[in-house]
Parts: sequence; C-alpha cells; structure tokens
Amino acid sequence: MKVRLRRFRLGGLLLLLGLAFLFDLSSGPIRIPLRDIFHLLFSRGSGDPTWAFIVRSIRLPKAITAVLAGCGLSVSGLQMQTMFRNPLAEPGVLGITAGASFGVAAVMLSGGSMATLYAIRELGSPGSWLIAGAACVGAGLVMLLVLALSSRLRDNVLMLVIGLMMNSITVALTSIWQYFSNPEEVKEYLLWTFGSLGGVTGLQLYILTAIVIVGLAAVFLSSKMLDALLLGENYARSMGLTVKRARVIIVCSTSLLAGGITAFCGPIGFMGIAVPHLARLLFNTSSHRVLMPASCLLGAILLLACDCIAQWPGTQTVLPINIITSLVGAPVVIYLLVRKKNLNIYR
Amino acid sequence: MAELLHTRELVTGYHQGGRRIVVSGDLPELTIGAGQLICLLGPNGSGKSTLLRTLAGLQPALGGRVEIEGRVGLSSAELAKKISLVLTDRVTGNNLDVYSLVALGRYPWSTWLGGLREADREAIHRAIIAADIGELLGRKVFTLSDGESQKVMLARALSQDTPILMLDEPTAHLDLPSRIRLMRILHRLARELDKGILLSTHELDLALQVADEVWLLEGGGGVARSGADAVRVDLPTGSRSGSAGVPFHKGTPEDLILEGIFEAVFAREDVIFDRSSGVFRIPPEGQMPIRLEGVGVEAFWTRRALQRAGFAIMDGAAGADSTGGGAGVGVVRVFVEAGRPGWLFEAGGESKRFDSIAVLLDGLHRHTHLS
Repeated sequence: MKVRLRRFRLGGLLLLLGLAFLFDLSSGPIRIPLRDIFHLLFSRGSGDPTWAFIVRSIRLPKAITAVLAGCGLSVSGLQMQTMFRNPLAEPGVLGITAGASFGVAAVMLSGGSMATLYAIRELGSPGSWLIAGAACVGAGLVMLLVLALSSRLRDNVLMLVIGLMMNSITVALTSIWQYFSNPEEVKEYLLWTFGSLGGVTGLQLYILTAIVIVGLAAVFLSSKMLDALLLGENYARSMGLTVKRARVIIVCSTSLLAGGITAFCGPIGFMGIAVPHLARLLFNTSSHRVLMPASCLLGAILLLACDCIAQWPGTQTVLPINIITSLVGAPVVIYLLVRKKNLNIYR
Repeated sequence: MAELLHTRELVTGYHQGGRRIVVSGDLPELTIGAGQLICLLGPNGSGKSTLLRTLAGLQPALGGRVEIEGRVGLSSAELAKKISLVLTDRVTGNNLDVYSLVALGRYPWSTWLGGLREADREAIHRAIIAADIGELLGRKVFTLSDGESQKVMLARALSQDTPILMLDEPTAHLDLPSRIRLMRILHRLARELDKGILLSTHELDLALQVADEVWLLEGGGGVARSGADAVRVDLPTGSRSGSAGVPFHKGTPEDLILEGIFEAVFAREDVIFDRSSGVFRIPPEGQMPIRLEGVGVEAFWTRRALQRAGFAIMDGAAGADSTGGGAGVGVVRVFVEAGRPGWLFEAGGESKRFDSIAVLLDGLHRHTHLS
C-alpha cells in the first residue's frame, strides 16, 4: 500500500512537471495561450510563425535547460546532504560552484570587452562558449584538487571542511580579480552570478543534456551506497562499502552536475539545499531509490515554476533566476518544515 | 565447534603522524567459535574498541593477521558477509524508519541497486523476530529510546546474516532491565542460531553470567604502558596467557575469578572485588566488626545493608572471626517468624528486636554512637 502511494505521488509529480513545462512555454513577455503551444509543438508548420520561432528557438531550450538544471542540482544536493550527513550541505559545498565562478571571473575580468554579457545573451556566440569553457575548467580544477585530497582522508566531515576552505580560497581569488577590474567588467560578472536559463541553445544544449544525463546515471548508481552511508561511515564499511571509492563516485558526479550546470546557466542557488528536504517531507522516506527520482521531479518543477515567476506575467521585466529561486523557494521550505513539525528529523 | 575467527600474532594500534602506536601487542591466539559468546572486558582505555575494530576489519592490524573461517585478506564485500557489527555510533537522523534501517543490513546481499529479493525479506523478518522489535517497526529511528535503539541496531546486524556478530559496548546507556534483556537475547542467539558473538562491555556481573569465555584486557596500553607496568598489582604466576608482559587474559569467567585475575585487573584503592559474590563494591570506611547470624535471602540483604552502613561482617559460626575482639559491636540475628523477617540485636547482655532493616540500622547507629 505504501509502495502504491509512493508511485501515485511520483506519477502526480510527473503530471505536474508536464503542466509546469507547458505553462513555462506559454508565459513570457508575449503570452502564448496553452492551446496554441500544443499546436506549435505537435503539428509542424501551423500557427503564427513569430510564435513558432519564440517557442521553438527561445522558450523550448530555456524550459529544457530549467528541467536539466533543476534535476541535476537537486540530486547533487541530495548526495551532498547524505554524504556529509548534514542538512545544510548543497552542491556548492565542495567548492565546485565557486571554482566555476572563478573561471568565469578570470575570463570576464581579464578579457574585458571580449566576453561581454551581451555576447552571452547572443545565441551561440563565441563569447558564451568562452565563458562556459572557463567555468568548466575552473570547476574541473577544483574537483581534481578535492579528489586528490579526498583520497588522503578517512572522514567525510573533513571533506566538508576542505570543501568549505576551497570555497573561501576561490572566492578570495575572485575578489582580488574584482578589486583590480574596472566597474563595467565587475558589473558584467555580477550579472553572470545572477544566473540565467536563457543562454543555452543549439550545441550547448546538447552538451548540457549529455552532461546531466551522465551525471544523473552516476547518481542513480550511487543510490545504494548513499543508503549505506545513512548510518555513518563505520557501519557503511562494515556492510562492505568501500568508502573511498564511494566518495570518488559521489564527488565526480556532483562535480559534473554542479560544474556543468553552473558553467552554462551561472550559479543557481537554493535548489540543491531545499529540494532534497521537500522530497523527504513529501515521501517520508530516506531510501535514495525513492528520493532520487522524487528530487529530480521536484527540482525540475520548482525551477520551471521559478522561471514562470521570473518573467512576471503581463510585464516586460524579467528577473534573474537566482533571485527568484531563493526568494520564492525559501519561504515555501520554511512553511513546510514548520507545518510538518519535522524539524527534529535532522538531529 | 566450528572455528569462525582465528588471530595469529595480532598487534593492534594505529598510525599517528607517521608513528606506530601499539595499543595491544603480542596478543595470544584468539579464536571465536560457532555458538560461543565471548565478553571482552577491561577498564576504560585498555584497547577494547581497538581490538574489536581490528578483528572486524574496520581498521588494519599493525601486525599479525586475522583469519576468517581459515581465510585471510577478504575483500570488504566478502567480510561483510562474515561479520556484522553493532557500534557505539549513534544513528538518529535522516528520517529513517525502523524497518528500513533493519533492511539496510541486507546491503551485502541485495541487488546492485539495493533491491530486496524474497530471501532478503525473509532474513529481515527473522532478524525482527530474533531481536524482538516487532512493535517498533513503524517508528522513526529518532523517536526510539536507547534500549529500543540498541535492539534495532542488533536486528540490523542480524539481518546481515553473518556467522560472526560483534558488538561494541551494546549495554552502555541502557537501564538494568534493558541490559539484561539484551544479554539474554545475545545468549540465546549464540545457543540457538550458533553464531559466534564477541561483545565488549563494562557489565562485569552480566558478563560473568552469560559469557562462555572472557577476554580481559588490562589498562595502560600503548605508549604509556612501560611506565604503568611498574605500579601494576602483582598477578599470580602462570595466569597470564601468551608471552610474559602481555596485559591480556582469557578463559572461562569462573577460572579467571578463582585465579584472582579480576581483582588484580580491576581493583583499585577505592574499589574492591568480592570474589565470593562476583561483584565490585565500594570499600566501607572506618569499619566496625559485627557478627551476623542467619541464612537465606534475608541474611543476604541484611549483610548488604550492614556493609553499606560501615560494618565489617564476621561470619555467624562461633570462633570464625578473624578480626579479634570477640563479638565486635554485637550480634545481629536474622530470623523469619510467620512468614515475616525480624532482627534481633544482642550486645552487652541486652537484646533488642527490630521489624525492618531501616529500624535496625537506626538502632545500631544509636548504639554505636552512645557506646
């Protein structure tokens, strides 16, 4: 019966995801009714050509990016929370996101006009490639460093401390760069840190899709390891888990997801920390075989919803996604946690 | 009796900053047999946990080897099918419910995604019955009391379905009934499921009751050992197992008591070990000799009360007292009249009757303070 209820809820979330996806396609500075969205998606050549262009070239890639980023960030947050047995852990704790930001800062602040924000928003321009590439290099370097250090440690808590230290170092380095740059460049960098789902099109979208699929596959394969880690490393070891190997798999998949998504969308906060909590509340379980798909679905739905809110219906203004995720999401989580009175489950 | 675990020339310890720190060196050969319940005893800091963790493969040995069913160098996955553990690590968070936690014990056996087969469910069911946690199944782990939590962790280890079970201080934090209940379950598991069980504990009296064998570690292992050796109480010759100087003893609990090893290992100035009853006692101060006459359970508890009140008991048989000075303070006679106990105190030709131990102690107090 319990299993049936879970399947029912997962099915419900899947349905909700479909609705959110369609709603996201229809909302924007130009409102396109849902009925027309169906026509534009499923019967080629029909409907208004301007609408067709808007939906196929702009909104569809953006919605797909939202789904990919929502899934990826949420499951990597779940991985971090279980691995560190800490409810405050999120994809950024290893310093990967900060590493990506550092890469971007290095390019933007030293390259000057070469990679402007305008270039990022220009579809498929070399500037956006440069930025994504720089972010990947930054994230990758931090990942290698964390991996090298992780093989020397017995304890996952030490990993958390090292991740936080890596975070501070990269943030400090970025700050030095900002300090010596001129205001326009700093503003461009600042705008990048607000995050954007809209810049990923064409080949970039394929690459992001590939990264997220590979990352998710690794994450799903780590479900069993994560279940064992719920009891702490000693018990996990006594049940036959090779803790160091598990750590490599977890660090690699989280780096791939968080680094890749940050490279293409900029830093998107909040999803990684909040969605796993929502999944636990909704499914009342700690089994990662349930929490993984649940976090995926919830993350995608939430990010799509945030994207709808970001382009406030009826107005021309579009707010940065990173602001919305925190502003809308955090109160939701506070409300749910307080109402459910489940705060003590993380003792 | 099938031999499950056998150590040879085992040295336990750890590395710290490139230095080898030996906790227990030159241990004798240790064996755990099927159906055997072994208690690992020793004062705090004597290396019980280190030995247990080394035997369980959680930390590498500094020297020697541990053979599991005749094999060495098992992979962690193979080891997980031979030894299951109950550790002192607290498991509270993460929203786990009791059934899921017990089911995690199937980790070494479940499919690569963690799926459970029919055989796994049966093993979980057996573990739940054996650890007697049927009524806890729906609960969240963080709502459990210490006693319940310990039984659940035992069930998790049992569902791992291994021939060897090791528990690190499973009775810590438990109240007395829970401690006894847990020990009873373990005793039954060894007998009925033929498991080899090793547990470390501070519960000497319980260990003495259930253990088939006791492993006794003396304190002061590691770097401090050479200094501590000099002040250690002299042991009867021939009682040490293994080579000379090894602070380790093993044997049936009764043999160890009769050889005086318990006293030697645990006794301090402020603690005495009563060989006749097998319990540790707070030594009374400023003892006054008193004679106690009587038999049965009433006499036993009267003796306890008198000892607590600071009297040294001389046995009832006339002339058996070694303290000298005749009858000491006087004579307490315990009797049972019409199913109720009574006490008579005789001193200096006078005799007084008391109806309860409280009144008796009060009377004795007044008597000793007047004279």
